[in-house]
Amino acid sequence: MIEGRTREWETVIGLEVHAQVISKAKLFSGAATDFGAEPNTEVSPVDAGFPGMLPVLNRFCVEQAVKTGLGLSAEINLNSVFERKNYFYPDLPAGYQISQYQQPLVGYGRVSLDMPDGTTREIGVTRLHLEQDAGKSLHDQHPTLTHLDLNRAGVALMEIVSEPDLRSAEEAGIYLRKLRSILRYLDTCDGNMEEGSLRCDCNVSVRRPGEPLGTRCEIKNLNSIRYVMQAIEYEARRQIEILEEGGRVEQQTRLFDSGRGITRPMRSKEEPHDYRYFPDPDLLPLVLDPAWVERLRGELPERPDAKKARFVSDYGLSDDDAGVLVAEKETALYFERVAQRRDPKVAANWVMGDLFGVLNRLGVGLDQSPVAAEQLGAMIDLIADGTISGRLAKDVFAEMVASGADAAAIVEAKGLRQVTDATVIEAAIDAVFAAQADKVAEFRAGRDKLYGFFVGQIMRATQGKANPALVNQLLNKKLAG
Amino acid sequence: MSDPALLALNLAEARAGLARKAFSARELATTYNDAVAEAKPLNAYITPTPERALAMADAADQRLVRGEALPLDGIPIAVKDLFCTKEVLTTAGSHILEGFHPPYESTVTDKLWRAGAVMLGKANLDEFAMGSSSTTSWYGPVENPWRRPGDNRPLVAGGSSGGSAAAVAAHAALAATGTDTGGSIRQPASFCGIVGLKPTYGRCSRWGVVAFASSLDHPGPIGRTVRDVAIMLGAMAGHDPKDSTSAPVPVTDFEKALTGDIRGLRVGIPKEYRVDEMPREIEALWQRGVEWLRLAGAEPVDISLPMTKYALPTYYIIALAEASSNLARYDGVRFGLRVEGDGLEEMYELTRAAGFGAEVRRRVLIGTYVLSAGYYDAYYLKAQRVRALIARDFAATFEQVDCILTPTAPSAAFTIGEKTDDPIAMYLNDVFTVPANLAGVPAISIPAGLSDDGLPLGLQITGRAFDEETVLRVAGILENAASFRHLPSFLAGAGG
Repeated sequence: MIEGRTREWETVIGLEVHAQVISKAKLFSGAATDFGAEPNTEVSPVDAGFPGMLPVLNRFCVEQAVKTGLGLSAEINLNSVFERKNYFYPDLPAGYQISQYQQPLVGYGRVSLDMPDGTTREIGVTRLHLEQDAGKSLHDQHPTLTHLDLNRAGVALMEIVSEPDLRSAEEAGIYLRKLRSILRYLDTCDGNMEEGSLRCDCNVSVRRPGEPLGTRCEIKNLNSIRYVMQAIEYEARRQIEILEEGGRVEQQTRLFDSGRGITRPMRSKEEPHDYRYFPDPDLLPLVLDPAWVERLRGELPERPDAKKARFVSDYGLSDDDAGVLVAEKETALYFERVAQRRDPKVAANWVMGDLFGVLNRLGVGLDQSPVAAEQLGAMIDLIADGTISGRLAKDVFAEMVASGADAAAIVEAKGLRQVTDATVIEAAIDAVFAAQADKVAEFRAGRDKLYGFFVGQIMRATQGKANPALVNQLLNKKLAG
Repeated sequence: MSDPALLALNLAEARAGLARKAFSARELATTYNDAVAEAKPLNAYITPTPERALAMADAADQRLVRGEALPLDGIPIAVKDLFCTKEVLTTAGSHILEGFHPPYESTVTDKLWRAGAVMLGKANLDEFAMGSSSTTSWYGPVENPWRRPGDNRPLVAGGSSGGSAAAVAAHAALAATGTDTGGSIRQPASFCGIVGLKPTYGRCSRWGVVAFASSLDHPGPIGRTVRDVAIMLGAMAGHDPKDSTSAPVPVTDFEKALTGDIRGLRVGIPKEYRVDEMPREIEALWQRGVEWLRLAGAEPVDISLPMTKYALPTYYIIALAEASSNLARYDGVRFGLRVEGDGLEEMYELTRAAGFGAEVRRRVLIGTYVLSAGYYDAYYLKAQRVRALIARDFAATFEQVDCILTPTAPSAAFTIGEKTDDPIAMYLNDVFTVPANLAGVPAISIPAGLSDDGLPLGLQITGRAFDEETVLRVAGILENAASFRHLPSFLAGAGG
């Protein structure tokens, strides 16, 4: 809800996400798809729209899209049709984009969102279809000419359209993060927004609560979650302002100016009107074998929701902790490697506490973590078997981050092994008692507070290596004796 | 080295002569190169490739000498300039493809070269194969080698494969490739007194063929005899994974279909093809065809194809809708003609206005219109439904009969310029040929007689999908019965 000048307004948002399919080859040609290649080096005559060239569907891209559909708990349409979306633009070599229109590959599905207040929201996915990406127009290479890079032309995209179920910029952000997480779990899109593998168009309208939907504006081609949220926020307020002043919202396609944080209408020339969709006569209808779809369903990797539930039930983690650990596929994988055959709660604490702290401080992702999961696990083992105390472990971990060495090697090299020999500890206690006989007398006279002082003295005498539990046990015995 | 006598041989005869070394592939190619030059007034070729022909002939000769002859070794053919040929100018008869040298070879021509055929050059055509007269080419009209006796006015060769048909008829090629979207192989074959086969849709790959209307474009052969066309088809046909609409159907030896035996075969005679405007001479020829087949032991059966009357409008909606989209790529950005303008929009407009001729512009406009919002359902969608009904007509009919006999075209060749002011009259030329394109079934045109003013007329046999064998077998019977021996007034090598 947004508080306007006169009343409250509800924002209604639907998102169209363009997710680049992870595939070595393009949707209808064998050309490569590597990011960052020299301009126009990954272009076949098919992608360049040369005369007589024909598209041949890349079955792997279909498999990826079906997997994604299954991952969104969506209906898979066994019959779908590729159509041509016709418009003229230099980065669209054939003069049409091959897309799906009336009969998409994937029908209705849903995404479940974990809201900050602990509740869950189901967001409907209207459809998912496959389509070609366009090339890139480079307007900044020459004062009067536009240059073209067709490397992207023909790359497979999944367009994932949500229902108008989102109600705030924040929800839109949560939805996008969740969708990206699912795509990464499925390995069907790398979700890398900076490289353009995930782009988003936002449909935004406002209404008074309970009233029918308002007129929407579409904000095109946003390439970060932050921009999506900013654009929605701005656009909703813009529309509310118009309505509160008695005006009418005009249905428009708008662009987000990230520099100024505002949306502006596209120039009419930028906005095509009639795409003249019709079934592409160069391609047969796409017919899927139901057994193949079922096989893919069976092979589907675990998705974040199921993983979270499992972390809660199998590992005894809290909902919140499990949610944090499954949000990114890499984190969940890392955690599970650490937690394997170990105390999962200890593993979770180390991953979310010390490790995340270090990664944050270094500003790197898990893929560049200085401590591998196996290394962290081995360190936890040293705590469990009493080689090091939890307190010493903090020092060992810091050293692991600094040097990349294994915990065991650091313990050996620095002599950090915990003292668990009762006679050594008893000797240390005796030495402390001998030196502090007056304090012992005071304690016995009732000054309980001195207990901590003795522990500190004993730890200092053992360079902090004495097993704390054993120290407690023996100290109590001696003080009592 | 040039021997005009060789020009009188048909493909099968030339193949036999090469095999028994009566002459070399180089002699044959030299002779045909001269014939191509001699036939220049017909404007049948846009780009002759005599040097390439000689090089290919020499390679064929080496194989022939080694006894490793390929099926078409040394056979000089013309290639409709709609087929992309690697590094050889490919124009589609359009100014907009100015200077376009494809970096690839079409599947069909590649197969022909791999079978040993020799390329004489790229044959003229209607611009983007849009026409029934081969007069819309940027490179000028094709002239039919036939003239009406006592009348020196040049006649159209038919279209759109008019250059291919004229070259074959004038003995300036042994055979040729064509494409047939609404009759573009069969109608020019009929106008030029030769044989043209539109195979089943999916039989010959469209990969590398400049698209007019993808769901209707059929590459196919043009030749002097039914056997020649069967031989050509054998080399051109086959599944191509690069064309998603290509059919994974095995290629048989089509010559073996020419058994000469059609006893017991049921031949459908559709009443709907008796159109009002049809000249009596064509009606009479059709009747003769029925009699020839009856005499050969076939059984004529009266049939009905009730959707026939909707075929032409259906065809023109679907073909032009697809064309409007297929021709969007000619935008001056990546290849071919570019006319600079003030900004992008103007460059598009000037390029396409200068690059496309009037007929192409008309068809792109109509096609754009029928796909437009608000008109799509009434035109394109309805046309697709009617198309399905037409296909069903054929499927039902082929449960009753084995093939269908009709005339190929409602007239003989007309004078150049005669129908150019009246697009509808021009479109009516396709009335008998478009149904087979809409249904995707094979159909052939065979020269069966002369009109009252001495011009060739063709009969058409239409068959079941992928049953080119029956179509060829029946065509062979008609060919024998008609024993069409007439020759056009222009014949290369005849001047001697």
